[in-house]
Amino acid sequence: MTQVFLGMPAPGHGNLFEEEPFPQAAHRELGNTQMRKNLRHATHTIRDKRLKVVGELPDWDDLRDSGSAIKNNAMANIEELLLQFEKNFTARGGIVHWARDASEANKIVTELVKATGSTEVVKVKSMATQEIGLNEHLETEGIEAFETDLAELIVQLGHDKPSHILVPAIHKNRTQVRDIFLKEMPGVDPTLTDEPAKLAEAARSHLRKKFLASKVAISGANFALADTGTLGVVESEGNGRMCLTLPETLITVMGIEKVLPQWEDLEVFMQLLPRSSTGERMNPYTSLWTGVTEDDGPQNVHIVLLDNGRTRALSDRFGRTALNCIRCSACMNVCPVYERTGGHAYGSTYPGPIGAILSPLMTGIEAEDNGSLPYASSLCGACYDACPVKINIPEILVHLRGEDVDAKRDTHKLPTQMDLLMKGGSWALGKGKNIGLLEKALPLGRLMAGKNKKIKKLPGIAAGWTQSRDVPAPPNKSFRDWWSDEKESK
Amino acid sequence: MRIALFATCIVDAMYPETAKSTVKILERLGHEVVFPKAQACCGQMHINSGYMSEALPVVENHINAFDTDDYDVAVAPSGSCVASVKHQHPRLAERLGKPELKERAVAVGKRTYELSQLLVDVLGITDAAQQLGSYFPDTITYHPSCHGMRSLQLGDRQLDLLKTVGGINVEILPEADQCCGFGGTFSIKNADVSSAMLEDKVKNICSTGASACAGGDASCLMHIGGGLSRTGAKPKTLHLADILASTMEETVTL
Ligand code: SF4
Repeated sequence: MTQVFLGMPAPGHGNLFEEEPFPQAAHRELGNTQMRKNLRHATHTIRDKRLKVVGELPDWDDLRDSGSAIKNNAMANIEELLLQFEKNFTARGGIVHWARDASEANKIVTELVKATGSTEVVKVKSMATQEIGLNEHLETEGIEAFETDLAELIVQLGHDKPSHILVPAIHKNRTQVRDIFLKEMPGVDPTLTDEPAKLAEAARSHLRKKFLASKVAISGANFALADTGTLGVVESEGNGRMCLTLPETLITVMGIEKVLPQWEDLEVFMQLLPRSSTGERMNPYTSLWTGVTEDDGPQNVHIVLLDNGRTRALSDRFGRTALNCIRCSACMNVCPVYERTGGHAYGSTYPGPIGAILSPLMTGIEAEDNGSLPYASSLCGACYDACPVKINIPEILVHLRGEDVDAKRDTHKLPTQMDLLMKGGSWALGKGKNIGLLEKALPLGRLMAGKNKKIKKLPGIAAGWTQSRDVPAPPNKSFRDWWSDEKESK
Repeated sequence: MRIALFATCIVDAMYPETAKSTVKILERLGHEVVFPKAQACCGQMHINSGYMSEALPVVENHINAFDTDDYDVAVAPSGSCVASVKHQHPRLAERLGKPELKERAVAVGKRTYELSQLLVDVLGITDAAQQLGSYFPDTITYHPSCHGMRSLQLGDRQLDLLKTVGGINVEILPEADQCCGFGGTFSIKNADVSSAMLEDKVKNICSTGASACAGGDASCLMHIGGGLSRTGAKPKTLHLADILASTMEETVTL
């Protein structure tokens, strides 16, 4: 048994980075009207579905509290739980590997695949392998990875990047999907239409050959149960079930935060997850496996337990609840920013509200442009409301903004306009007397506004405001002065 | 009751009428309103922009101004600023390792109410026309601001009050629960996304045919109003307090 030393927070690597400041990426994506139409349609549909099934449960809020409590407890005892899981998984014939970061995980998986002699693997949809860039790594090692989840397949065939954690091709509509299939799918029927059933059929016959031929499958996991050493995958299409049962070797890559204390915990999460993610009462396929079962399913069963910045996130006492995330995607589906910019604007494998906190928590706020992610929110709180494990995303966003400002304080040579605004604001708003003094200048603003009582253009960073909004003419007199004149003098 | 008015900086400086309206409503109900002069701002802009150490003096000032025995409850015509006082102040104190300040922040937060919260939960107002004499003979729509709706869980308190104003016609706003895109410095840091959100809000408001969009937060209303004004749209914005203060004798005009 190789033991990882928990409590040494190293930053995460792999696909966790925003490569340009979010506002810049957002500006570009906002111009993609087709994407915005597709996304608006998709997010609004799933929002309504979720609200309907969540509304059916009178104890929904209690369930959320339970989910949150179980996760908090699991994270507080993660070291013991992982060791317990390792013991039980190993006792049932599975092999446990520990990976500090993305490159270690990639190396472990590559060696395991090479040991089978296979140069092809089938894949179950998995966020962890996206995060570490496994497919790309395997390719450089001469191993071809085939995504079997329909949406992942669309992304892979289209040489695209996922833009959503549950529906990676959410930014594409079905006509675009048909075009990708026609262009990229070997042996596709050239008369293929964009009917969903036909598209699924095309994917099915394309994949069936792979399922039957592949000797190695790679998956992620939605949870690992410490008390039994069981792994679980929750899915909709059944392709996951094929990958998990047909091949000889099964390699699972899982973030360490997915560990749960006990089997009974599934009771809570199997209610929370399907309703929050696809808006269904129950998902069609739930596969659970515990090590190796003789003559049934894969006989070589491995798990790679991945840290890649998770311990780092865990060490942040104001941010650690981000690790409670069960990857349901409800937060991005309800997010007004995500709805308009799409997932690519966030750079990282994890887009939307959860990505805006998780990526910087895992990599450190100073990494690349991840410091711009926590600002990608109006703090409307829709994500917190929707989150099945009650992660207070707005609160963590604000916390990380604080980390970002503190990190930049030391490195800035010259103060930015924002710094000056905030320092001046701190003085002005730090005393009733000071704001009162400034308010004496209100008539000046009236002068600026002129006859039609509107300010249409402001200088510097405030120009962002007047890009789409007028500023009303200020009043002649503040309330404070009115109060002194009218109420106090009487 | 002796009620301390927390005017909020934006209302104090930009929308003094809304603070006067708040005073009027409360005085009409026979309460005494005081205005703690040391108050300035809740510090939300600093906190939400990540400038925690700059936020500290602002937050301390608020707590000092309101941590007194001079009043029974405090009220602000803003869900956002009240949410900041109740939730952000204790958190900031905790983050900066100030347990004593945190305790005082919690105490002030407990006594601070958003206007509709105070009117409905504490003062038992269920019919604005009957109990406040509110009268506003025009068609409005209503945007529930995010922090009131989600952080304070105001539910339909504001809307229900508006619906009971004499002479009023309330048209329901499509996608009302969607953020208007303001978000403080979000509107300048992420101006493009913010503008895209505002555009949809403006469209939805115009689709109701209302003369005004009402709300409980002056900052969101300034944002929405700025967008309406820029696009040359007809509807204006109006604060809940101004509509409730409007009477048959002294009717607010748009
Ligand atoms: S943060 Fe919450 S809502 Fe978002 S994906 Fe994770 S569990 Fe779901």
